[in-house]
Amino acid sequence: MNWTWFHKLSSPPHFHRFARRWTPWMECAAAALVVYGLIGGLILAPPDYQQGEVYRIIYVHVPAAWLSLALYSGMAVAGLIVLIWRVKLAECALISIAPVGASFTALALATGMLWGKPTWGAYWVWDARLTSELVLLFLYLGVIALHGAMSEPRAAARAAALLAVVGWVNVPIVRYSVDWWNSLHQTSSITLLGKPTLDASMLWPLFGMALGLTLFSAANVMRRMQAENVRRNARQRWVREQLEAPHV
Amino acid sequence: MKMTARRQRMAWIALLLVVVGAAAALASAAFRENLMYFHTPTDIASGEVPSSTNFRLGGLVTTGSVDRDPDSLNVAFRLADCDHEVQVQYSGILPDLFREGQGIVTMGYLDDEGTFQAQQVLAKHDENYMPPELAERLADETGHSCEPFKPVRAGYDTGYDS
Repeated sequence: MNWTWFHKLSSPPHFHRFARRWTPWMECAAAALVVYGLIGGLILAPPDYQQGEVYRIIYVHVPAAWLSLALYSGMAVAGLIVLIWRVKLAECALISIAPVGASFTALALATGMLWGKPTWGAYWVWDARLTSELVLLFLYLGVIALHGAMSEPRAAARAAALLAVVGWVNVPIVRYSVDWWNSLHQTSSITLLGKPTLDASMLWPLFGMALGLTLFSAANVMRRMQAENVRRNARQRWVREQLEAPHV
Repeated sequence: MKMTARRQRMAWIALLLVVVGAAAALASAAFRENLMYFHTPTDIASGEVPSSTNFRLGGLVTTGSVDRDPDSLNVAFRLADCDHEVQVQYSGILPDLFREGQGIVTMGYLDDEGTFQAQQVLAKHDENYMPPELAERLADETGHSCEPFKPVRAGYDTGYDS
């Protein structure tokens, strides 16, 4: 297998140029998809036969919950690369993903509470899904705090990477908690292999929101990585050249 | 194969992941019962619920069983899973989604007559979402499945005759 592209992308100046070129396009696509998802989900999609209008919070809740898991997995992969290959750019990725993932986890918990009160009758219950998602938030905060507590950036990244990798064990627990244990939270409506149990008229805006927010997260992480990358290489000549070059 | 520093780190991390994964699997197996959010009417029938303390009971509200007292907030109904039924007594405000055929989770205790005295009632909706017209056309009696209220311990001998 040819790994040249990987080595090239992990070089700090090359990443800087790559990110600067592609991030704006990702943001445009994200904005278009989110606008489609919001109009489709909040206005065009029909109300639910049981929950009426309140189910529409699904268009924020489900993408946020999916991203909380996807971003954690991304952070754990970056952590593995930090621990084994000691790639500096992966250190940037690790610490750039953490705040984005923590925000989406908090958003998933908050929207879930707002949805729980009118449908279940309670903001919060200690069932397996809700509890494991709360643990996920604490893991994100732990990674951020551990990284911030150490002053030497490379040692800080390695410590945070170890926590991120070990904490990944919680990701399948969150995902399968509703299948493994009796819970108040319902099981997944959309699975990789099964037919979605969400009517087609409600489904496409949800995919739009999920893809749009995924692109938004990716672009946000790239911008954070760019900043971290420049900060760490501030003394390098390519940084000065790049920063003095006219912006596109 | 030469044991380079990188290979050594790989081996350590692989070992760490195996140990942490095994610990998590053992812990969740050991606390399986405690991680269950609710018991089912089948658990009651097989005597697997605490007799003196509060516990949660989940099931579908049996169609035609809801009996509201017009002068108070008292309501009586039966809760069923796929196999068994339990009589429930509750006094208080019910969630909006409470209706016959709906999945709910209640908190309370089993009294001496075998009636569940509920102190809290939460609605448990399922993972199906559809427009009202479609639900009407499907026109099944309740629209809900007893599937989520099956005891999750598949293949586990519950000790009663099924």
